[in-house]
Amino acid sequence: MGSAIAQDLLVEIGAMPVLVRTSNPEFHQILHERYGGFVNSSAQPVFEFEVEIVPPGGIPTAVGDDEDLSVRFEAGRWVLERGDFHAELDPSLRYGRIWQSATPYAIDAAFRIVHSLLLAKQGGLLVHAASVVCNGRAFLFAGVSGAGKTTISRLAPQDATLLTDEISYLRREADGYVAYGTPFAGELARPGENVRAPLAALYLLAQGAENRIEPVADADALRAVLQCVLFFAHDSELVGHVFDSACHLVQHVPVRRLTFVPDPRVWELIV
Amino acid sequence: MSPVYIARTSEVAARLLGREMMIMSARDSTLFSLNETATAIWQAADGVTPLAEIVRQHVCVNFEVDPAAALRDAEELVEGLAKHGILKLSDQPIMEAK
Repeated sequence: MGSAIAQDLLVEIGAMPVLVRTSNPEFHQILHERYGGFVNSSAQPVFEFEVEIVPPGGIPTAVGDDEDLSVRFEAGRWVLERGDFHAELDPSLRYGRIWQSATPYAIDAAFRIVHSLLLAKQGGLLVHAASVVCNGRAFLFAGVSGAGKTTISRLAPQDATLLTDEISYLRREADGYVAYGTPFAGELARPGENVRAPLAALYLLAQGAENRIEPVADADALRAVLQCVLFFAHDSELVGHVFDSACHLVQHVPVRRLTFVPDPRVWELIV
Repeated sequence: MSPVYIARTSEVAARLLGREMMIMSARDSTLFSLNETATAIWQAADGVTPLAEIVRQHVCVNFEVDPAAALRDAEELVEGLAKHGILKLSDQPIMEAK
């Protein structure tokens, strides 16, 4: 049941606070539980979302339940559609509305899309990768599903900090790339820590019979990284930005291929 | 046979990484990579220099190739790139590329 009183939650991921407003107290509680470690009530939002909870079947989407996500730019707005939500975002107003059921999955997808769009123009990337901080430095482990992101995260030393086992958040800053923790969880089913660390290396994951690290040529690194970059919009300008960012990343951060067996000793090679 | 002019379309992002030219189509995010000779042709695609001249200046001079075979290969290459929408072909100079 809805309420006449709207409640705000400021969720800051990657130093980008996004305000989520809902008049549904149950959904507000869901947001708190899922993003609690990333709430920063004193931040200045860079984007605002109004969430309208609608019953199943009442979502104004043209996309079927079994269809892929659709992201398009029309009439000055981003329109995001999936079977479980419909969202319209106005980048000039930095404001969007989302119609969805009272589950965290739709808002989670919307967060990923909004951050990928916001990051694209700032030289940052969302990467399908685990990231872990060890000795103050962040290490990324990129790969498609099944490549071993969760496994390498589980094998990390006890004093390591998990940023995510699923979606890594990279920003290009004055001194290089910085990896941020995200609440986007994979098989570990737990959010990353809300901390940041300079990116030391990016590993392309492969599972094999031994632990070994091999160099990767820039062109091959670019191919692999682009396969792992989360980007949803078919927009010429933004695609160009993402391509440039990926090129810059592979030219400025060591990219290696990491073949590993599921044994903690692999971390002796990494750090 | 009339000369062929080639120009890069604006809907691509391209970067030289090592010896490969990496090109992404902004239209559909497809990634292409060109080898050294194809890169030489791509970089010289100014819209006003005929393809045969580009091959003569940038391929035959720098690579040990048979000129006739090089031109045939270049024609095949540019037709393929044009089909993917990342290069424009014309029998007239393409002035907007300048």
